[in-house]
Amino acid sequence: MSIFSRNARERIYFTMFRLCGGLVVLTLLMIVSYMIAGSLPVLDLSFLTEPPRGANTRGGILTPMIGTIHLMAIVFVFAVPVGVLTSVYLSEYQRKGWTSWFWNMIISNLAGVPSIVYGLLGLALFVGFIGLGRSLLASGLTLGILALPIVISASREAIAAVPRSVREASIALGATKWQTIWHHVLPYALPGILTGVILAMSRAAGETAPILLTGAAFYMSSMPDSLFSQFMALPYHIYAVATQTMAGMNGSPMVYGSALVLLALVIGMNLFAIIVRKRYQERYRW
Amino acid sequence: MKYVHKCARLHRREGRNGRPGVDGTPHAILFMTTLISATVLVTVAAFLILGSLQAFSTIGLMEMLGGTLWSPTSYGDQAFGLLPLMAGTFLVSLLASLIAIPIGLGCTIYLAEIAHPKVRLVMKPAIELLAGIPSVVYGLFAMLILQRWVAQVFDLPTGYVALNGGVILAIMMIPIMVSLAEDAISAVPKELREASYALGATRWETMRSVILPASMSGIAAAIILSIMRAVGETMAVLMAFNQMPLLTLDPFSGVQTMTATIAIEMGEAAAGGLHHSALFAVGVVLFIITLAMNSIANWIMGRYSEAYG
Repeated sequence: MSIFSRNARERIYFTMFRLCGGLVVLTLLMIVSYMIAGSLPVLDLSFLTEPPRGANTRGGILTPMIGTIHLMAIVFVFAVPVGVLTSVYLSEYQRKGWTSWFWNMIISNLAGVPSIVYGLLGLALFVGFIGLGRSLLASGLTLGILALPIVISASREAIAAVPRSVREASIALGATKWQTIWHHVLPYALPGILTGVILAMSRAAGETAPILLTGAAFYMSSMPDSLFSQFMALPYHIYAVATQTMAGMNGSPMVYGSALVLLALVIGMNLFAIIVRKRYQERYRW
Repeated sequence: MKYVHKCARLHRREGRNGRPGVDGTPHAILFMTTLISATVLVTVAAFLILGSLQAFSTIGLMEMLGGTLWSPTSYGDQAFGLLPLMAGTFLVSLLASLIAIPIGLGCTIYLAEIAHPKVRLVMKPAIELLAGIPSVVYGLFAMLILQRWVAQVFDLPTGYVALNGGVILAIMMIPIMVSLAEDAISAVPKELREASYALGATRWETMRSVILPASMSGIAAAIILSIMRAVGETMAVLMAFNQMPLLTLDPFSGVQTMTATIAIEMGEAAAGGLHHSALFAVGVVLFIITLAMNSIANWIMGRYSEAYG
């Protein structure tokens, strides 16, 4: 027999678990508050509207922000149509059998591939083989490929959640399969697809390793003027300033400020996705 | 589903309002896009292997996998042994797992069983947000703040050691583990819990002898998937400690992980050279490791969904 009664033991264990939960929440708060505290000296509007100056030691972060927005736009244009159409095919047209097993395997495995490996792919395929060079387009497409499995699995889940009765009703009324998908399945699946798209975009916005290999620059005096020029991007800017400038290594407000802006961007997008998902769960209860 | 397919096929054959093949075009377009994504996805493996062929054939597979020295830049005496890099990845992932698994599981149990529904409503999304924070931000935190604490607590001259990487990776692993494991615990049927309470077990006894065993495979998969994140992480590791390709398991020394090697050295390796190709070989090894871990997690998960499907 243990020296503690059953109830006392329960209390001890539960206190331990509570502490673990508290620790995790504390970590989140700590990271965010350190970023805010560190960036206070530069936190004003001009930080967002001025390009970096003096080899990234002064000025703002306009150029890296524009680069990140460009990247997100390329990811959106590439990954969303391809991802959504693929998931429609896989969930509505693909018959059960070894081919569908094969697809499941490919998608679930590719979602787990490390981002630096996608960087290697982008370097070999887009920069080298296709000949885009180290450029905005090469990085954007690399991030697009990285985002593809996320979009596909979220969209498939959303489409699978639409009940079969909706499809059967539409087909019984004489609609073709495509009309059924377009007018009945996709509208209901849209919030779920949107959630996946936002999460994929926020992931792409925060990735550093792939763009490190495929075209991000330490410093550029001007905005990227075409899809084939090099660019600055927010996550790589943070890494570069923190590791390659003296001020950054000592924790200058410039680097904290950039991290805070990236954090706000990514957390904002994630929050938006969570809200969309919640609304959608409340609206459609089958 | 079968029924719908059949209807659609019948419909396609007969056509609508006398127009045959109304549905053919969307089908073809969808199939084409699927083919595009398939090609894109299969290309990942193909290009990695193509890039690494030179290294594997020149140096030899066994010499690479079993080599104990990674020294790509020394002239005349280049060595591309992957063991130091694999040891580096293993060490930081191990340290991270040792920290993350107990805390992560504790947090999961708190969230699934103890937390007040209102707390849960806020905490679950908060943990998802924690999972979404970009790795470079974690890396910055490790480099500027965590490192000082590690140096102080363990009385080290510098905090840029493998342990610092282990701690930051643990912080990154926990949210993934918690959200996946919590799903597994919530999936345990209510009847099991109620039966246990009815037999007079306390909440903790129910938890330990009924809920946890029942959701064990889901929790195991969650742990594997979160370790996978630690193995594949680049930026946080790169910024957390000094990268030195030493063959050691000392948590207070600098090491060099596979991911960081690719990120640091790709810039200096000339395209077409042996070093460049060797870095692709590192990528291949990394790719195979994550593929294997993912397959194991999927296999475990498949068994678990069979049990309570």
